[in-house]
Amino acid sequence: MKTSNSEVSVQANAREARVKADRPAETKANNIFQLDGEDIPFRPGQTIMQAATHHGTYIPHLCWHPDFSAHGSCKLCTVKVNGRFGSSCTIAAQPGLDVENRTAELDDKRRTLLQMLFVEGNHFCPSCEKSGNCALQATAYELNMMSPHFDMFYPDRPVDASHPDILLDFNRCIMCALCVAASRDVDGKNIFYMGGRGLLGRRVHISSESGKLADTDFAVTDRAASICPVGVILPKRKGFAVPIGQRTYDLAPISKQVRDTTP
Amino acid sequence: MSFELETAISPERLRRVAIDPVSRVEGHGKVTILLDDDNQVHQVRLHIVEFRGFEKFIQGRPYWEVPVMVQRLCGICPVSHHLAASKAMDMMLGVKQLTPTAEKIRRLMHAGQILQSHALHFFHLASPDLLFGFGSDVAARNIVGIIAAHPEIAKKGVLLRKFGQEVIRMTAGKRVHGTGSIPGGVNKSLSADERAELLKDIYQMVAWSRDAVGMIRQLFEHNLAEYNDFGRFRSSGMCLVRADGAMDLYHGGLRARDADGHTLFDHFDYARYWEVIAEDVKPWSYMKFPFFKSMGPDDGSYRVGPLTRVTHCDSIPTPLADKAREEFIAFDGGSVAGATLGYHWARMIEMLHAAESIKDLLHDDDIIGGDLMATGQRQERGVGVIEAPRGTLIHHYRVDESDQVIRANLIVSTTHNNQAMNTAVREVAKKYLNGREITEGLLNHIEVAIRAFDPCLSCATHALGQMPLEVAIVGADGTVIDEATRDHRGLIRALA
Repeated sequence: MKTSNSEVSVQANAREARVKADRPAETKANNIFQLDGEDIPFRPGQTIMQAATHHGTYIPHLCWHPDFSAHGSCKLCTVKVNGRFGSSCTIAAQPGLDVENRTAELDDKRRTLLQMLFVEGNHFCPSCEKSGNCALQATAYELNMMSPHFDMFYPDRPVDASHPDILLDFNRCIMCALCVAASRDVDGKNIFYMGGRGLLGRRVHISSESGKLADTDFAVTDRAASICPVGVILPKRKGFAVPIGQRTYDLAPISKQVRDTTP
Repeated sequence: MSFELETAISPERLRRVAIDPVSRVEGHGKVTILLDDDNQVHQVRLHIVEFRGFEKFIQGRPYWEVPVMVQRLCGICPVSHHLAASKAMDMMLGVKQLTPTAEKIRRLMHAGQILQSHALHFFHLASPDLLFGFGSDVAARNIVGIIAAHPEIAKKGVLLRKFGQEVIRMTAGKRVHGTGSIPGGVNKSLSADERAELLKDIYQMVAWSRDAVGMIRQLFEHNLAEYNDFGRFRSSGMCLVRADGAMDLYHGGLRARDADGHTLFDHFDYARYWEVIAEDVKPWSYMKFPFFKSMGPDDGSYRVGPLTRVTHCDSIPTPLADKAREEFIAFDGGSVAGATLGYHWARMIEMLHAAESIKDLLHDDDIIGGDLMATGQRQERGVGVIEAPRGTLIHHYRVDESDQVIRANLIVSTTHNNQAMNTAVREVAKKYLNGREITEGLLNHIEVAIRAFDPCLSCATHALGQMPLEVAIVGADGTVIDEATRDHRGLIRALA
């Protein structure tokens, strides 16, 4: 996908903004763009994703989180801005933009991205304790993903159960790097980092000599301990405590919980 | 040692049948029968192509995931695996006593499971054989035929099963593969609305279950000689019993008796099951052959399941089922208590017991309580045993200090019955197949014997009387004279 100079500068502006503000109290009449034909007000500096989220409109995404700067890696939030593809989490909202979001064309591409995520890891929802609370699963339901479509990779990924309170099951990692950001920006511990090369080699690593979580000062109260949108970073001995029917996405689909549970 | 008809004298001349490992859940059964020029049976083997991957791939998983993961062994009675694994993890967590709410919700879930599984087996799977005849027209010998010929019976079967599934849904969260039982307790109790909804129908379920007991009794009365002799053989047996000797399908000690009714062990702590049971292996089967250690692999095979439970217990703690048990034991001087088809009668008595148990539990206020979890002093090992619909189910795990499973051993009901099913099939083959030309109707006799045990195979579930079978007729010189297969759609094909 070719990126224009103006788009690069727009993305740079958006990164610098890192807006966390609540919905603006006053919105200038001309600070409005169109998302699937709907008027979305925004405050200067907000990205399309931020403005849409504040407005309560769902744009599918996995690696974006309102508390952290955009990562722009999962590409699930790809929208069409004035006819051109772009990541809504990195493109600044501007007056008069015409943004396509939940079109058949875009959802079809998102579904393919999801299918690739599913086959790259080992996502066994039937026995996964994150089932019902998992953004990947909920997004797949939202986008009507009925099968993985591609051959499964079945990568050999480790489980790190060394920490007394936290289990790490990298089988389910989608490389969103939210744990890296949370540990670095909020916890100030830099416990996680992305490393390795290649499709199956690149993964999240632990910053300790042994590579084990037990040999870090990671704590269950860390922001990074509760940031994972999928079932990698899990509090131990809590699995399946919430009955079916009361889990996050049992209550409403992910598209209907935009403000409350946006990961 | 080889059992009669287990291995022909000249195995080197026998045709080799390749077996693809398929999972226990969707596995299919295969019977191979070797006959000589005069159609005399020389070898009969029931193959349950069992690949026990779960014991391996559960290794390294966190212990709280086990009850949810291992239930995927089965789509028919996942609750049994769910509960057996939970019980094992209770023990590993040092939880000696669940909260009253947790124990009763689990018992309710289990009774729902017994009810739906037994209803499914009897009405959907076995009744076509019993109502139409073992060798009857294959086109009608299925649940659709039952719906056409006996709509009232079919309706009861469907609704009994549905009710059992509803009990499971309300206690486990889903009709199949729920998450209700967790190590140390349960994650939900019943709401007042759920309780009221179940109470609305439970009395009808008890009544229909009584009718079912009456129906199988009538079938025995009308076909006593055939039913009593069909696949009959002497066998030891094992089941759980309550401390007072009464039937308890959720918890108890192990009771075992030999074929003469002498007690081998009683109220034995199942946490040390390996002191009394060992598993033999045979070169021709992926499935192990459990046996009583005191009797050895040659003589120590045994039966589990409804027939053993109903005949071994001293009483059944619900009145209608206990009366039905007494009538069953007394029927024809006690002859049915040793008949392979007696399994069906015993199964219906248990279904009645399950319905009565659900009724009693629904009237117990503990099931809407809020105290769901108990704690204890952590152990390294956990063993959980439960009486699943098909028989005694053993789960055994070791968990390391990182909370990961490092060892798992599962002995499922169908495995306990492995030798018993093989013996029953051989008895039927000797009696019905010897010297005769093989027909679909005769092949079905083999299946009828297998179905009595309600084995956990896909052939006993969605194939509905269309179990894939392979039969080869081998001449004295080892050449295959004739062979025929019946595929999963029930089509018979002659190969030679």
